[in-house]
Amino acid sequence: MAWTRDEMAARAAQELEDGFYVNLGIGIPTLVANHIAEDIDVTLQSENGMLGMGPFPYDDEVDPDLINAGKQTITELRRTSYFSSADSFAMIRGGHIDLSILGAMEISETGDIANWMIPGKLVKGMGGAMDLVAGVKRVVVIMDHANKKGEPKLLKECSLPLTGQACVHRIITTLGVFDVVEGGLNLIELAPGATLELVAEQTEAKYTVADNLIAHEAA
Amino acid sequence: MKKVFADAQAALDGLVFDGMTVMAGGFGLCGIPENSIAALHKAGVKDLTVISNNCGVDGFGLGVLLDAKQIKKMVSSYVGENKEFERQFLSGELELEFNPQGTLAERIRAGGAGIPGFFTKTGVGTLIAEGKEHREFDGETYIMETGLKADISIVKAWKADPEGNLVFRKTARNFNPMMATAGKVTVAEVEEVVELGSLDPDEIHTPGIFVQRLFVGSFEKRIEQRTIREREVA
Repeated sequence: MAWTRDEMAARAAQELEDGFYVNLGIGIPTLVANHIAEDIDVTLQSENGMLGMGPFPYDDEVDPDLINAGKQTITELRRTSYFSSADSFAMIRGGHIDLSILGAMEISETGDIANWMIPGKLVKGMGGAMDLVAGVKRVVVIMDHANKKGEPKLLKECSLPLTGQACVHRIITTLGVFDVVEGGLNLIELAPGATLELVAEQTEAKYTVADNLIAHEAA
Repeated sequence: MKKVFADAQAALDGLVFDGMTVMAGGFGLCGIPENSIAALHKAGVKDLTVISNNCGVDGFGLGVLLDAKQIKKMVSSYVGENKEFERQFLSGELELEFNPQGTLAERIRAGGAGIPGFFTKTGVGTLIAEGKEHREFDGETYIMETGLKADISIVKAWKADPEGNLVFRKTARNFNPMMATAGKVTVAEVEEVVELGSLDPDEIHTPGIFVQRLFVGSFEKRIEQRTIREREVA
């Protein structure tokens, strides 16, 4: 019932288009790379200074000078280029990256995102998240529909400190897919096993249901 | 003027003092100036303000200076990998200023280029924007950020020539090139000093004007997250 993390990542991979330059956040968004369709050509950017990120290395290929933004060892491709952090964020802040897929703790009905800080808990920092949401052309979020206590994460207003304001375009949750539109959210897809009642119960944000709602069948 | 020194201690001689601001290159543990960090530790300088994207891990990288309580303040974008950092921060011993990673990179670039401030969309509507000047350009709101400089920048490159021209390797480049421009004095540690004329002038990443001192270091290059894939067995 509902989508697993890997199924959400597979759904998110459908957001990629041929020729896109894409930045994938740390965590579940990283899984999107495993689901990229074979008939499209996508270039992955890593904000520590690499365009054209390849798969994890084989044991004998590990290179400490070659890591991704999650500090994991990685490999290069024939198309790869390396650059400084300033050039990397010129790509991000200058609107040259087509799509960013990120995780989140809370999203508001106006597309605000909170994903870096819980007051009272140790704050590790925002890394590149604020730059990504402010500068990338399109921002798609993957997250659980509700938190561990079962409380909604799609809210009228975020309760946590924001990462960015009115910057999220689409949200893929365990229960379905929402677009951020004028006046609130719009539910466009329902995950297998999810019902409109369940979505209503677990969503605080104002949302409408699309006329042509796609209800996915269990695979 | 001779730029090549015997080692980190010789290269840092006469440059360090308590309360100084240090920029340290690297992303995570990748491309960090291991040898200069060790020399700062040995020199025992205190009350440092350190500008660096991260703060090392317990017992390695900038974590060494943290363990010895030599750091007063960190200016970083992400510091999550370090227990001693957590302890000192929660007990109030350590000051911390978070910057979005792109803002940090641009503040350093601006500082090195003589640009005292600039406007960016990053952080608008967040805690980062509080107390900062807001201005509209073409109907969009931006906040002002200021350039950053340091008393000393310690950077790590792959190769240098005796003029201080630097070449970095793969993602070990990261913050190093901007920091090289923003230090009153920049000390580069490298894996190899090559003969003058053997670097292709078209492929130099940091021109020697930004580097005052350099030395050949020895590098552990510790890996934070060793992730591998298995070879498929036929």
